[in-house]
Amino acid sequence: MTNSQLTPGVVPGRLPADVIASNFADVEPPLDQHEALVAADRCYFCHDAPCMTACPTTIDIPLFIRQIATGTPEAAARTILGQNILGGMCARVCPTEQLCEEACVREAAEGKPVEIGRLQRYATDRMMARGVHPFTRAAPTGKRVAVVGAGPAGLSCAHRLAMKGHDVTLYDARPKPGGLNEYGIAAYKSTGNFAQEEVAWLLAIGGIVVKNGMALGRDIDLDMLREEHDAVFLGVGLAGVNALRVEGEEKEEVTNAVDYIATLRQADDKSVLPVGRDVVVIGGGMTAVDVAVQSKLLGAENVTIVYRRGQERMSASRYEQEHALSTGVRIICNAAPLRVIGNGAVREVEFAYTHDSGGGLSIGNETFRLKADQLFKAIGQTLEGGAEGLAIEGSKIAVTGAGRTTLAGVWAGGDCAQGGNDLTVTAVAEGRDAAEDIHATLMA
Amino acid sequence: MANLATNFIGIKSPNPFWLASAPPTDKEYNVRRAYEAGWGGVVWKTLGAEGPPVVNVNGPRYGAVWGADRRLLGLNNIELITDRPLEVNLREIKSVKRDYPDRALIVSLMVPCDEESWKAILAHVEDTGADGVELNFGCPHGMAERGMGSAVGQVPEYIEMVTRWVKQHSRMPCIVKLTPNITDIRKPAEAAKRGGADAVSLINTINSITAVNLDTFSPEPMIDGKGTHGGYCGPAVKPIALNMVAEIARSPETHGLPISGIGGVTTWRDAAEFMALGAGSVQVCTAAMTYGFKVVQEMISGLSQWMDEKGITSVDEVVGRAVPNVTDWQYLNLNYVTKARIDQDLCIKCGRCYAACEDTSHQAIAMNPGRVFEVKDDECVACNLCVNVCPVEDCITMERLIPGSVDPRTGRVVEVAVADWTQHPNNPMARAAE
Repeated sequence: MTNSQLTPGVVPGRLPADVIASNFADVEPPLDQHEALVAADRCYFCHDAPCMTACPTTIDIPLFIRQIATGTPEAAARTILGQNILGGMCARVCPTEQLCEEACVREAAEGKPVEIGRLQRYATDRMMARGVHPFTRAAPTGKRVAVVGAGPAGLSCAHRLAMKGHDVTLYDARPKPGGLNEYGIAAYKSTGNFAQEEVAWLLAIGGIVVKNGMALGRDIDLDMLREEHDAVFLGVGLAGVNALRVEGEEKEEVTNAVDYIATLRQADDKSVLPVGRDVVVIGGGMTAVDVAVQSKLLGAENVTIVYRRGQERMSASRYEQEHALSTGVRIICNAAPLRVIGNGAVREVEFAYTHDSGGGLSIGNETFRLKADQLFKAIGQTLEGGAEGLAIEGSKIAVTGAGRTTLAGVWAGGDCAQGGNDLTVTAVAEGRDAAEDIHATLMA
Repeated sequence: MANLATNFIGIKSPNPFWLASAPPTDKEYNVRRAYEAGWGGVVWKTLGAEGPPVVNVNGPRYGAVWGADRRLLGLNNIELITDRPLEVNLREIKSVKRDYPDRALIVSLMVPCDEESWKAILAHVEDTGADGVELNFGCPHGMAERGMGSAVGQVPEYIEMVTRWVKQHSRMPCIVKLTPNITDIRKPAEAAKRGGADAVSLINTINSITAVNLDTFSPEPMIDGKGTHGGYCGPAVKPIALNMVAEIARSPETHGLPISGIGGVTTWRDAAEFMALGAGSVQVCTAAMTYGFKVVQEMISGLSQWMDEKGITSVDEVVGRAVPNVTDWQYLNLNYVTKARIDQDLCIKCGRCYAACEDTSHQAIAMNPGRVFEVKDDECVACNLCVNVCPVEDCITMERLIPGSVDPRTGRVVEVAVADWTQHPNNPMARAAE
C-alpha cells in the first residue's frame, strides 16, 4: 500500500523515498573553494571586529577569513577550533543571522553580511577531511575530572581539560555521545554522520574515556563522582519535557517534539518514519520550528505551529521562522491550547486566543479548532534529577563565574546551568571556560 | 552629446580611444573587429625588420596580479614584437586602412639601430596608407637584449638619433613611445623632441616579476622552471603613468609636445584623467585584454556624459586642463589646513580608520563606546589615511579649516595667505614672502 500526503492518520512514506531523501539533504550546501575565496574577499578585517564580539566563543573571525583568503584554510580551522572545538557543528547550526552575521559591518552597509558560518564550515571541513587533530596534550597532571553529559558543553569541557593534561571520564546517558548534536539538531542541518565524526575527531586528542549509558541519578551520582575525581563538570542538558497540562494530553499521537526529532535523527531512512497528515506543533522555539519543518519535509499535508504569545516573542529566530514559512508551515500566534480532542488518538486541538497585556497572558473567550492527527509538544525542557545538593536558580543549576556551582569542586554549563541562551555555541563556550577554571583551581 | 572627435598631430579619429600596440592589434581580424566595436584608432603591433620573424616562447607569456574577487589589477608579458611575416602585416594594414579611412591607424616599429633598417621599413609602411608611425623604444624584455626596444629608450642620444632618421626618411607623423624603466622620464622626451618627434606616447611596460611560485621557486610566468622579467601594465601602473605624462606636460622643455597617454586606462574616467594631464589621445591594452573590445563603448558613453555635464564640447578643452595644477612639493600651500571628518550616518563601524590611525599614523581617531569613531582634531595631521582605508565612499572626508580659526593641533590661527616651504622659517633656503 502506498501512502500520499492525503492519507489519513500517522503513516510513513507520504512522499517518494527519493524526494524525502533530497528534502533532508544539506539545507545549506558547503562552499567550494572558489565560492569560499569570493566570500572571504568580502571581509573588511575590521578592527576589534563586531562579529568576534557577537560570537559567544569569541572566534577571531577576521583572522580566520583572511587565512582562508590567503589559501591556508587549515590555519583558519585552527583559529576557529582553538576557541570553539565544535566549530564544525556550530558552523552548521549557529543562528549566525542573529550572532556574527548580524553584527557584520557589511550587514550594516549592504544588508548582506559576509557568509561567516559557511566560511567557518569550509575551514573546519577542510581540516576534518584531512583527519588532522591540531591540538596536543600538555604533560599529565595526574588529576582526574568527571564530565557528565557528552553534549556540546561536556565535549568542549572534556577536550580542554584533556588538552591541559588532565584525565577525563566523560559520562553520557544515551547510547551515543554528542548530546543534542546527535539527537536534537534538525537532520538537514547536520547531514550524514557528522555529529559522530566530529566527536571521534575531538576525542583524538586522547585522555578522554567515554562511558555511554550512564545517567546521572540512575547509574552514577554526584557524591560518588566527587569522591573518585578531583573535579566534576555537569553538562547534562535538560532531559525533562514540560507538559501542556490540558485535557486530553494523554491521547495517542500526542508526542514530545524532542523525542520525535531524536528518532528522526537516528533514522537512516527517513521514509519509514510515520508522520501525520495534519500536524499541529505547540511552542515557539527552535524545537517547534525543527519538528514542524521536518514533518513538512516528510510529507505532512498541513503543519501548523501555534504559539501562545506574539510573533516577536518567539524564541525561534526570524530566519528560522522564515525557513518554516518557506517550507509551507503555517504559524498562528496568540493562541493557547485548551484541550486535545479525539477518540483514542488525537483528532482535533481546541485553542483560545490569548491577550498578552505585558503583565501576564490572559485566555480570551474566542476559540477555534485545528484538525490534527499528530500533535507535537515543544514548550520547553526541564532539568531532570541528579543535581540534588546543588542550589537551583530559575529551574536551572545556579552558577557563578565560569560555571561554579554552590558545591565546591562541581562546575556546570550548557543548558542545565543558569544563564546562557540554549545555543550550542554558548554551551561550548561555557564548557571551555569551566575547564579553564577547573584547571586553574586544580593547579593552584 | 559631446563631440569626441580627435585630431592628434594631424591624425584624425572619431574618439580619443586607441588600442595600444600589443597582442590585440596583431592582425587584420582583430583590428577590424576593434573598429567595429567602436575604437577610434589602433596602433598596430610592432613590426620588425624584413627577414625571418621573431619567435615567441611556447609556454606562458603573461603573469598577473589580482585584487579582490580575482579582479585583474596588473598584467605582465614576455611576448615579443609581431612574429608574423612583415609582408603579411603590411598587406593587412593596407587592407584595413582602406576600409576604415575615418579611423586612426598607426604602425609601431622596432628595427635595429641603423639608419638603413629604419629607412627600409618606413618606405614599406608609407605604402600602406597608414596615418603614422610609433617608434617602439619601450619594450623591456627580449628585444632589449638585442639592442632594441627599451635598450634604445634608455639612452636619450639614441632616441634622438633614430627619431631624426625617421623624420628624415618619412613624411608620416612620428610618435616616440617611451619606456618608464628610466630615472627621469623628461630626458627621453626631450631627446625625442630634439630629434623632431611629433609626439611621445607613454608609458610602455614596466620591468616586473609578478609572483614567485613557492613550489618550484621560479618567477611567474614560468617557462620550464625559469622566468624572466616581463613588462607590467594594467590598472596597477596607472599612477606611475599619470605622473610621467604630467612631468612631460609641465616641463618647460617639453611643454606642448603632444602626448598619447598609456598605462592602465580601464574606464572613461581613467582616460579623462590622462587627457587632463596632457594626453591628446589615450591608448588601451589591458582593459581590452581583460574584458574584450566592447569596453570602449563605456569609455565613449562615459566621456561624453561627463563632458556634457561639464559643458565641455570638444576633447581639446580637456587636454592639459589639470597641468597647471601639477606643481612641486615646495609650492604646496602650508596654510591649507584640513581635518578628517567622519559621517556617522554613513559609518558602518568597521574600525579600519581607527586601526590605521592608531597603529600606523597619528593616534587621532577615538574609538568611543558603541564603536563610534571620532577624529581628535588636536592630533589629526590630515594625512588622509583614514579616508583611503575606509570601505564606504564619502564616509570620511577632509574638511578645510576656515582661515582665521585655530588649528587645535598646533594652537595656531589658520592664515588666509598662501605660504609654502620656500618661505618657511625652517627652510635654510627660504625667501622672504613678497
